[in-house]
This record gives sequence, C-alpha cells and structure tokens, in this order.
Amino acid sequence: MRRQWTSVAGIVITALLTLFLVVPVLLSVYAGLTVNYARGMSAGFTFDWVRQVWGLYSDTVWRSLAVALLTLALTLLIGVPGAYALVRRGGRFARAVEEIVTLPVAVPGLALALALILSYGGAGAFRQSTLFVVVGHLLFTLPFMMRSVIAVLETIDWHTLDEGAASLGSPAWRRFVDVILPNVRPGIVAGALTVVTLSIGEFNLTWMMHTPMTKTLPVGLADAYASMRLEIASAYTLIFLIMVIPLLIGVQLVANLTEKRTQS
Amino acid sequence: MNIRVPVAAARSGSSITTRRLSKTFNGTTVLQLTDLEISPGQILVLLGPSGCGKTTLLRLIAGLEQPDGPDMIRFDGEDVSGVPIEKRNVGMVFQSYALFPNMTVAENVAYGLKIRKIDRAQREAETCRLLALVGLEEYADRRISAISGGQRQRTALARALAIKPRVLLLDEPLAALDAVLRERLRVEISLLLREFGITAVYVTHDQAEAMAIGDRIAVMQKGRITQIDVPREIYHRPANDFVADFVGTMNRIAGRVENGVLNIQGEETMARLNVGGPDRATTLCFRPEAARLASGGGAISARVAAATFFGATQRLVADVSPECRLQLDLPSNLSFTPGQILAFDVDPDAILEFRAEA
Amino acid sequence: MNSRRFDFLLILPLAIFTLAFLILPLARLALEAGSGPQGLAGFFVILTEARFRNSLIVTLVLAVLTTVATLAVATVAAQTLANRQFPGRGLLLSMLTFPLAFPGVVVGFMIILFGGRLGLEGSMTKSLFGTNVVFAYSLLGLFLGYLYFSVPRVLLTILAAAEKLDPSLVEAARSLGASPFAIQRDVVLPALFPAMYSGGALCFATAMGAFGTAFTLATNVDVTPLLIYTEFTLATNASMAAAISIALGLITWAALAIARSRAMRDTKGS
Repeated sequence: MRRQWTSVAGIVITALLTLFLVVPVLLSVYAGLTVNYARGMSAGFTFDWVRQVWGLYSDTVWRSLAVALLTLALTLLIGVPGAYALVRRGGRFARAVEEIVTLPVAVPGLALALALILSYGGAGAFRQSTLFVVVGHLLFTLPFMMRSVIAVLETIDWHTLDEGAASLGSPAWRRFVDVILPNVRPGIVAGALTVVTLSIGEFNLTWMMHTPMTKTLPVGLADAYASMRLEIASAYTLIFLIMVIPLLIGVQLVANLTEKRTQS
Repeated sequence: MNIRVPVAAARSGSSITTRRLSKTFNGTTVLQLTDLEISPGQILVLLGPSGCGKTTLLRLIAGLEQPDGPDMIRFDGEDVSGVPIEKRNVGMVFQSYALFPNMTVAENVAYGLKIRKIDRAQREAETCRLLALVGLEEYADRRISAISGGQRQRTALARALAIKPRVLLLDEPLAALDAVLRERLRVEISLLLREFGITAVYVTHDQAEAMAIGDRIAVMQKGRITQIDVPREIYHRPANDFVADFVGTMNRIAGRVENGVLNIQGEETMARLNVGGPDRATTLCFRPEAARLASGGGAISARVAAATFFGATQRLVADVSPECRLQLDLPSNLSFTPGQILAFDVDPDAILEFRAEA
Repeated sequence: MNSRRFDFLLILPLAIFTLAFLILPLARLALEAGSGPQGLAGFFVILTEARFRNSLIVTLVLAVLTTVATLAVATVAAQTLANRQFPGRGLLLSMLTFPLAFPGVVVGFMIILFGGRLGLEGSMTKSLFGTNVVFAYSLLGLFLGYLYFSVPRVLLTILAAAEKLDPSLVEAARSLGASPFAIQRDVVLPALFPAMYSGGALCFATAMGAFGTAFTLATNVDVTPLLIYTEFTLATNASMAAAISIALGLITWAALAIARSRAMRDTKGS
C-alpha cells in the first residue's frame, strides 16, 4: 500500500521531536561521565564527577526523598478520605471543593509560595523546617491524588457496595476500611506514583520556600547549573534522572495495567 | 445445580406492618399512603412497571430511605423508623448483587458474621453450611469476577441469609440473568424462602416470577397498591383494567349491553355474550384459556388471523371485527388455516367487567 | 458512630489543610497586594508600569506561541503514533513523556546542552559553517525550552483522544475522495478538538507560570514569574510581588476556566 506523504511527514516530525526531547538527556548522561566534556570521548570516562556531586549534594537527594515520602503519606491521609467524602456528597458542593483544591495547579507556584511565606514567614521554626516545603508540595500534589481516587470511585458502583455492607450491619467506618479502600487501591497506587514523581521534580514552589538548610534536589540543581562546570551539572542531572525514571516507568506500568483491567 | 434444603426449618422472621407509609422526593410523591400487613414467614411480591414505587417501598422497609413521617413502619409491632439499616438486621439482595470485589465468595458470605464478631471457627462452619445450601461449596475461594451471573446471585442470597435476618428483602434479584437461568433460579429461590420461613418482600416487574414465588402479590401502579391478594385471585379476579393487563393476557370486547346481552355483528363474524345487568356501554374481558371450541353455533364467531404452536397448546389470533382482535388458547392437536371462521364459547364465570376508571 | 459523623471526619483533614494553607494564604496575598503604597491601584500596576507591562506582553506572547507550536507538533505526533503498533512503541512513548517529570531548571539545562556555548548544535554549526551559533540564552532558547516541557503533556492528552477516534471515519472520508488536508480539517481535527482545547489551555497556563526554565537560561528576557521573584527577593517589595502574582494567577485561572467550559460545551453538543 502506497504510503501517503502525510504519513511520511508525520513520521519525520515525530522522529525529530523524539530526537529533540531525548538527545539532550543522553548528552547530559554522557557529559556527567566524561573526564572533560570539551575534549569528549577521547579523554575517557570517569565516575569522579558523580562522586564529587555526591559529596557536595547528597543531602539534597535524601531530603528530596524524605519530602516526597512525607508528602505522599500526607496526601494519603488527607486526600483519600477527602476524595471519598466528596464523592459521597456529590453535587455542586463537591465540584466546587474540587475546584478549590485544584487551584494550586492553575495558580503559578510562585504566587502560592509567596502567599505561604507572607502568612507563615513569622512562624520561625515552622518556616525554617522541611515541613514548610512539604506543605508546598502537598498543595501541589493533593489534587492529583484526589483526582486519581475520585476517578476510580466513579467507575465502581461504590454506592451499592456501601448499601450492601450496611445491610449486613457494617458501620460507616468499617465499610470504608473493608469495602471502599480495597476497591480504590488502583487509584491510590497510580496517585501515589504521580505524587512522588511530582514532588521530586517540584521547583517553583520549593525555590521560593526553601532555606539553605532545606534544599531539595531541584534546588541544588539550580545552584549547580548557575555556578558549577558542565560535567558536575551533568553528573548531578544524572543522579536526578536515576531517581525519576524508575518512577515514571512505574506510572506507565500501572496505567497499562489499569487499562487492561478495564478492558477485560 | 440442586439446592439442598434443610429439614423442617422453623418459621422465623418478623411481621412487617406499614401504616400510612409515604415517601416524597423533591416534591414528587413516589409512594402514596400505603398500609401493609405481612405476617411472619410470608412472602409478599411487589409487582409493577418501573416507576410504580415498588423499589422505594422495599428500600423504606430496608431502612435505606427515610419515610415522610414517624412510626410508619413496624417490625413485630416495634417502630423501626429511627433504626438505620445497619441495626435493622434485614437481609438484602440487590439487583446488582453488591458483592465485594475485593473478597472471595466465602469472605463475602461471612462478612455479616464477621461484623457480628462471631468467632472464626463458627464463621467458617456457618459459611460452609450456607454455601452448601446454595450449591457453591466448590467456589468458596473464588474471586467474584471469576464466577457466573447465576453463581453471583446465589452468593448474594447466601450472604443475606448468613446473618439470620428477620426479614429478607430482594430487589429484582433475577433481572440481570438470562431467561433460562431466571426460570431455574426462580424455583430454587422459592424453595429456599419457604424452607427458611423468613418473612420476605420480593420486588419484580415480571408477572410470571411474581405468581411463582409470592404467597401474596401486591400489584402497584403510580405509587400505590392497586390490588393485593393471592396469585390465583389476582389472575382470575383482577380488580381493575391495569391489573388485568399487567398480569397475563386479557381479551377485550367493547360494545353495548342491551337486555342483558352484548351483541356485535360482523360480515361473517359475531359475538353474543349473555352477561345480564342493566343496559350499558361496557368492555367485557376474558383470558385466552377461557375459550372453548363450540360444536354448534357458539357465543363468538371470529376469523382466524394466525396460530402459534406452543407444544401442548396453541395460541390463536382471531378477529371479530377490525377493532376486536382476540387471543385464544386451544389444544394444539387441531389445525386451523388463516381466514377460517371459528366458533367458540367462553366460560361465563370467566367473563370480567371493569368500571371505567374516571 | 453514625454515618453523618463519619462523613464529617472524612472531610475534616482536607478542610483544615485547605483552609490553613490555601485559602488563608491566598487571602493574605490579596491583602498584601492591596496594601502597598498605591493601595488597590497596585493590582493594576501590571498594566500601568512599562517594565511590568512589557514583561506581561512577552510572557503572553511566549505562552501563546508555545501553545500553538506545541499543539501543532503534538497533534501530528499523536496521529502518527495513534493505533500504530511497532516494536519499541512503549519505549518511544516513555521517552516522549519522561520530560513531564523534569523541573523547569532541568529543561533549561537541556537547552543549554543543546544550544549553549558548549552545546551540541554549536559544535555542529561550527564544523559546518565555522561559527558557533549559540541560541540557548536568547528568546529562541527560551521558546524551545517551553516547547520541551509542554509537548509531552499535550501529546499524552491528544494521543488518548486520537486513539478513541474511529479509524473507519478517516477511511470513509478517503473513500469519498477527500484530500489529506480535507480529512484533517473535516474529520480528524474536529474530533480531537476537545482534547486540543483542554491540552492547549493547560499548556498556556503552565507556560504563563513557568519559572525554572527562564531562571536557568538567565536571558535578558524578563518573564513575569521572574519579575515576581526579583520584586520579592531583590527589591523586597512584597506588595508589588503579591499584586503581580495575583494578576498572573487570575489570567491563568481565567484561561483554564474558559477552556474547561468550552470543552464541556463541545462534549455536550457532540
């Protein structure tokens, strides 16, 4: 079958796009491992830059992980019950609440950070702590966890399941734990992966809200890009990629699994 | 797939009484003032088209909806209006079964017992007993998604029975199944309900199902009960036009009664029904099986339009006039050709007459 | 514990959190914006003062250009990938969507690697034309950076819609003799329109609020988020920063709201 010129054009554009997106990433990995980027491969490869980066910035890596996990824990505690409450209530009220909760996605991170600093800048201990950064991350990621859980709730017939359990004598809290939670697990897992991924990559909010004591990985990266040589910046980026790419693969796998399950 | 029935189960279950029970949603009265008396162990079927209020009535009895006022529903004489469903100890079988996808068949059946803090050994014994009762012992550890529709139905039933409810409520439990399965399960549920002797309220829109299962049938229309009686009476003595039409097929002959006889004259067809009473315009009704072939001149002569063979019987469609088409059930060993004129009689006791609804 | 009390407990953490850390701070922000030396007129300073107005115009232009280019590229790529199975498809899709997780700073770095002083493109042009063409720190670099983080997001949205599109519609159009251009105009794009609209709106909103990319590329172009940052930290002018933030936030939120209502209207009508 003769290929239409549009298909060819489409393939070319897609290929160029892929190159555009992927080549710099590969370059960055490469640059982080060369002895001297300007001299290229001829100068050989080394892990020295990675080691140096680790020595300078390992605290940011741990902190980013801690912030991400803490953010996740809090989105689970706040977002999952909240999502269920909204779906139960339904109607305009629930939609309005979801709109409000989703504001941090629409409003520029800087504005939010500014708002938080103005409100809590005076609370010294809180302001200086990692918890302050976590709050910022929580604002931004909570809508994603809630959306994910709400989406699953809307596909299962939660109302009838709830009535079924009630007819057997199960009180409200037990119905939530025994029946609702297990059946929204796919939504929680997908949401969790998204939250952690977003948290590790969050910059706009964190840059404004951090102190020298509460730097996360992206904040460290900004420092490195501004002041360090290319090899160090690349090695640091490499570490970031190593953290983030497995998570992204996880998100995709879960998405594929849920697609297969809904198709069967 | 046999249901093993227990030997001589005791009659259990509460009586259900409703007094002036009504339900209004957003200004629309979905259930009109309803008075009901269901004795312990009785099976009442709520029958009617969609929107007639039967499901609302069931949900009110269950405790999933709140009545319009206090003290409208009583179990064994006690007002249960303020009691939520969790505390009412009603067993409920939902139209979509409401089986928990995250639990196995056995775990679903045992759930109510788990809530009541029955210890594990007893729970397992009870679950086994119930699964055996509904013929699902081999499926105990299966996931809900791995069993068929009929098996899910029986799991839902077992789960509701496990808590030894005082009242069993079934909301169109067979609606999601195909016709063959429906007929089979209909018999099994009926047996099970009678052996357990629990008071049951069964909602359906299928009149064959209603007549097979119910001790009594309440035919509902537009939020009220139009007739409540045993199936035989509902069928043979429907209270009004609606019931007559909804339950079984009904033939209608409209005309004027003069000197006690309704006379219709066609070209080669006629109808002459002797019903007595004053002169009036009326519609006379009778069931297809009330017709008998007449050897000589009969009460009705009609032209055969079509015949459908049903094995033991056949159903004939015959016209007295273009406006008067009748359906008659006759033995199947005779054959008729379209266009043939047929003479037959109608059992006089089977002729019904309804006052026109205002 | 009855149902109602449990419902209350379910929403309580969310309510407390949203009130304490979203609603109150935003109110505080609004208060701060209105409490500068110019009072409530401070809200309009984004339009009245030349420096701010230029920044807003640049940001708007950049956001619009990014959105248009992203939609064009993403729509083509989505159609190419939709309903096509080939070895490595999963890998390709992953590679195209990884940048979703990159913060703006990393995207900026990617552009530097591409077109900075030691960049790949620079060494290519050097060997071809003799001069090292550096574009990373110009408006072009910024634009490419915005494209970099926008395309993956929009691509996913449009791809999902493209895969829902019934291929027999395109086949029917072809059998009736429609040219590729006509097929796009009459069959494909109308079907993809809701996804394009919502994807485009999100793209616009993200581009308006993007900070990290411009921060890393450190061009002489002052996009509005950068302006907010410098006003707050360097000029310590909190009320000005607050006013501009709110103005920016409102514009972004309005764009999203319009897109959402249009998208809903379109899906209702179809």
